[in-house]
Amino acid sequence: MNPFARKKQLLSALKDIKDDNNPVTCKGCGEKYGERELRENMYVCPVCGRHYRVSAPYRIKTTVDKGTFKEICRSITSGDPLDFPGYGEKLSEARKKTGLREAVICGTGRIDGIKAVLCFMDSRFFMGSMGSAVGEKITRCFEYAARKKLPAVVFATSGGARMQEGILSLMQMAKTSAAVSAHGEKGLLFISVMTDPTTGGVTASFASLGDIILAEPGALIGFAGPRVIEQTIGQELPEGFQRAEYLLEHGQIDAVVDRRELKKTLGDILRLHGKPERRKSS
Amino acid sequence: MISAAERVLMARAPERPVASDYIENILDGFIPLAGDRLHGEDKSILAGIGSLDGIPVTVIGQLKGRTIEENIERRFGMASPEGYRKAQRLMKQAEKFHRPVITFVDTPGAYPGIEAEAGGQGEAIARSIALMSRLKTPCISVFIGEGGSGGALALAAGDRIIMLENSIFSILSPEGFASILWKDSSRWEEAAETMKLTASDLKELGVCDVIVPEPAGGVTLETPKVFGKVREELIKALTELSGISPEKLVEKRYRRLRMIDRAAKRPSEEKKDM
Repeated sequence: MNPFARKKQLLSALKDIKDDNNPVTCKGCGEKYGERELRENMYVCPVCGRHYRVSAPYRIKTTVDKGTFKEICRSITSGDPLDFPGYGEKLSEARKKTGLREAVICGTGRIDGIKAVLCFMDSRFFMGSMGSAVGEKITRCFEYAARKKLPAVVFATSGGARMQEGILSLMQMAKTSAAVSAHGEKGLLFISVMTDPTTGGVTASFASLGDIILAEPGALIGFAGPRVIEQTIGQELPEGFQRAEYLLEHGQIDAVVDRRELKKTLGDILRLHGKPERRKSS
Repeated sequence: MISAAERVLMARAPERPVASDYIENILDGFIPLAGDRLHGEDKSILAGIGSLDGIPVTVIGQLKGRTIEENIERRFGMASPEGYRKAQRLMKQAEKFHRPVITFVDTPGAYPGIEAEAGGQGEAIARSIALMSRLKTPCISVFIGEGGSGGALALAAGDRIIMLENSIFSILSPEGFASILWKDSSRWEEAAETMKLTASDLKELGVCDVIVPEPAGGVTLETPKVFGKVREELIKALTELSGISPEKLVEKRYRRLRMIDRAAKRPSEEKKDM
């Protein structure tokens, strides 16, 4: 069978699976409903509003104006600087399983008609961790955005730096932060959207450097992981600790935005940073 | 041949000189400056101004304690957001007065606690890194003991990294690394060998620029000699960097941070990609 026909067949099979309306129970409130209902509600529980994790391709589909997304830096992949046992195999496994090449998809596209450089991290790929490839892609995007005088929007989701690449993963924090700063010095806008979970080295670098930082409801956001903190201080953590609402209350983010409103909010913010319309002098 | 695991223990040795020892022995007329002007004063960051070989400099050091009391007060050298924001305040001040910044790195990592998270530990580190990476004045970091994770990098995103022979710099403690990747923190020694955290490994990777040798057995055996050597390397680096215009300096630093890893690969045939 020719590969295109095969792909088509696979896609239609996939659609069939998607179309059946499996019953699901919400992990937030215990309510039962059909999967279709959840899907049609952008994977937000229609009863309690719990935001389920979604993939980078899904984000692109629901955020970027139809037909405007052009992927860039697709071919950048990580090396194996520590010769870490099993890393190469795990990478190819992750690639096969997710269809992604790395933990972030980058490109240009329009949101509500406004062109921007866009990065979407994906927690299915090595928990969205940042190694050399993720750091390089984010950096190139900000450099490209600086050259082309474009705003940048990054959807973060990450467990932190990628352990398997050791110190070079850590250095990505410096590289990306420098690139974000250089972009900012040109008077260009960066909107950081923190989604569940955004932790470790990504929180402690580019994701926290947005001119405007938005977060999805209930997203876990922090530097240290909750377990590490519990072990260090030897006491239980308060209810809602490190959730988006907690950060909002403590002045660490600008707003918590429902996923179903996110595209509109991004469009509104981008528009306010566009070239002002010239007023007619009377 | 000293193993990486042995160097980890040496880097953490309680008798090893701490930042205040270096400051006292290397600088003239050190004046400590406190507070972040926002919320508090973090005792785990010792900062201030002084003179190095006649040149006024800003110094920011991560300070471990010698006694239990000191260590509790300084949280074993783990800084809170207040500490990083104090560092930021003094970096900006250094830029204003065209003073080079010298940092002494010695920390297991940033403090993981409830208040630290509520106070924006991630942002505080990110902002410190971003600020240092663009500061229009020379920034030199000296690793004197443990350089753990983002908490260390927050004060090391500058023009030069000088490492003592038995200091380390790692993405995470070897114990944490073994625990995450092998679910077994007791394999920390194996992790230490794998992680490339020693000064010589890091020099090979291009993370570290200069290694200051220590006497066999460690710095504590001949501290005056090591202080002298660190002083010498600092003066050398300052002399090299002070002749560069601020714009050029920032550009060079950007390239340094940019090129530090050559690990990201991309097939050349797909160059048109971007």
